[in-house]
Amino acid sequence: MSVDSAELDQGRQVGRSRRKLADRDDLLARLFLLPTAVYIIGLVAFPFFLAILFSFSDVTTGNPSLDLVGLRQWRTILSSSIFWTSLWNTMIFTGISMVLIVLISHVLASVLVKDFKGKWFVRFCVLLPWTTPVALAAVSWLWLLNSIFSPIDWVLRWFGLIQENSYYLGRPVLAMGSIIAIHVWRIVPLATVIIMAGMMAIPSEINDAAEVDGAGFWRKLREINIPLTLPITAVAVLFGAILTFADMTVVFILTRGGPTQSTQVLASWAFFKGIEGGDLAQGAAVALFLFPLLLAAAIAILRMVRRREVM
Amino acid sequence: MAHVVEVRGLKKYFDGDVKAVDGVDLATEPGEYLVLLGPSGCGKTTLLRVIAGLEEPTDGEILIGGNVVNGLPPRARGIAMVFQSYALYPHKSVLDNITFPLKAAGMEPEAREKKVAWATELLGIDRLLDRKPRYLSGGERQRVALARAIVRDPSVFLLDEPLSNLDAKLRTSARDELKQFQERLGTTTIYVTHDQVEAMGLGDRIAVILDGKVRQIGRPREVYSDPADTFVATFIGSPPMNLIERGDHILGFRPENFLPVDAINTRGDNVLEVDVHVYRIEYLSGDRHVYATVPSLAADTHIIARIPATVDVGVSENEEQRFAIHEKDLRFFDSKSGERVDARPVRL
Repeated sequence: MSVDSAELDQGRQVGRSRRKLADRDDLLARLFLLPTAVYIIGLVAFPFFLAILFSFSDVTTGNPSLDLVGLRQWRTILSSSIFWTSLWNTMIFTGISMVLIVLISHVLASVLVKDFKGKWFVRFCVLLPWTTPVALAAVSWLWLLNSIFSPIDWVLRWFGLIQENSYYLGRPVLAMGSIIAIHVWRIVPLATVIIMAGMMAIPSEINDAAEVDGAGFWRKLREINIPLTLPITAVAVLFGAILTFADMTVVFILTRGGPTQSTQVLASWAFFKGIEGGDLAQGAAVALFLFPLLLAAAIAILRMVRRREVM
Repeated sequence: MAHVVEVRGLKKYFDGDVKAVDGVDLATEPGEYLVLLGPSGCGKTTLLRVIAGLEEPTDGEILIGGNVVNGLPPRARGIAMVFQSYALYPHKSVLDNITFPLKAAGMEPEAREKKVAWATELLGIDRLLDRKPRYLSGGERQRVALARAIVRDPSVFLLDEPLSNLDAKLRTSARDELKQFQERLGTTTIYVTHDQVEAMGLGDRIAVILDGKVRQIGRPREVYSDPADTFVATFIGSPPMNLIERGDHILGFRPENFLPVDAINTRGDNVLEVDVHVYRIEYLSGDRHVYATVPSLAADTHIIARIPATVDVGVSENEEQRFAIHEKDLRFFDSKSGERVDARPVRL
């Protein structure tokens, strides 16, 4: 073999190895994005636009033919008193839950960022509710709040705080209170972890400086810790609020909206109306009602976070 | 008059057995600039934090203005601290940063304004008041941190490596400013650094710290020319002191005292002469750093000589050359403990 052809061989080998799939970034990028794209289009975008279409039609599970009826479904739900009750309940449910979640998770996060013995165990316990399947948790709460056998009632009776059974899920205010408590119990771990991450991102020298500068606990909390964790708290609130607005599991398992619609929220009512009641069009309209509001809130919060970014 | 800051038998152990500060006794003179110098991890910052009240000592006493302050929170100690990162509050403007300690002290708004105006003018940052820290340069941040420290009229400043975040060029001018500034205020200052140049340049006295213990405390000149042990001898000075093992003792001398025999003044003092083999010469800011071995000693005895720019005696690489040193410039250390011992007769 001549020298020339040997060189040629080598050249060809170099050229061949360059054409490997792993080196083609453009192709790889599309390939890797494909599953996500399929997933988002198939399971998020398509149902979303279908729901919009449904809400302007008269489709039901009994009559799946799709006839557009304009704003009729929207007018119907807006004139229904259950809708307004559900909207009001959703606001109460979300508002009170979020206030409690932010307060409790802030306190928990401040404790958990400190160094103490058995920290990992406490962290584990705090995170536990998050890892429990919702249905399982709700069922155990259902038992805890049982009208006759409630262990909570036993304890309260034992301390002499109540005489009768409480019927937690049988009285409007207590039922709503129970729903809120369980929801807070569920979301607090997530919020705590988010806020804890924010607190740990504050350099320890900032806290030291505040201490040297003479700030006491409250001043430090008010002027240093809260402002510095505000952006991350906003993220926690955003996630929490959207999860709360859209949540129906707790209501569905515990009260099914009762007693007398006093715990009915939009998400659960959309389910009862659209799936159990079979009126797909009205269910879609109810479910979509809050979408523009949530979108606006999400954009506003994210904008605020970007502007307040401090580090 | 009582010492502004005094520590007695101070110990700080972490997790029981990490001895960050291991029995330190120190006292500042009024208005002095005391530098705590040591390699990273030697415990100097921990010592400063214990004085500030950010850490509680394991044992020992801290006195500020003659009163024991153990157990008192930082705000009750009359100290101000400048941190390595400056620790400016990122969400507050420069003005709010400087006002913060005054608000915390409950000062009236009018008095506050006056104080802030005084501090910002002194440091030349009165034009930056509305800015947020992230829009400031490193040097400006340092000044804001200093302003925040001085408005409280502290009895002592604690500075933790405040120059380490500045680039090399800025560091020199910032060092000079820091010194002038402290002289104008006359406030006692404790300054932590790992940089011996900073320490020599700024300190009225230097405390050299290793493994949580003060190895030597003294004026820069004393620490430089009469080091208490081999650690201080090699940690301070660039190039460091030459050390030669000789049986039960170690012989030490500074590179600038070891000169070609033609360049040394031989009158009035005993002069030791020795032949060296020069293997490398570096030119650094006009000086010549001469790397040599001593054939009459062990083969691995390397010596550095620094010939100042003003001496123009010729030295060339790969040649034998006769060097000399005054006997008074020799230092002796115990070869086991490394501690300074009395002078003894020498033959090279």
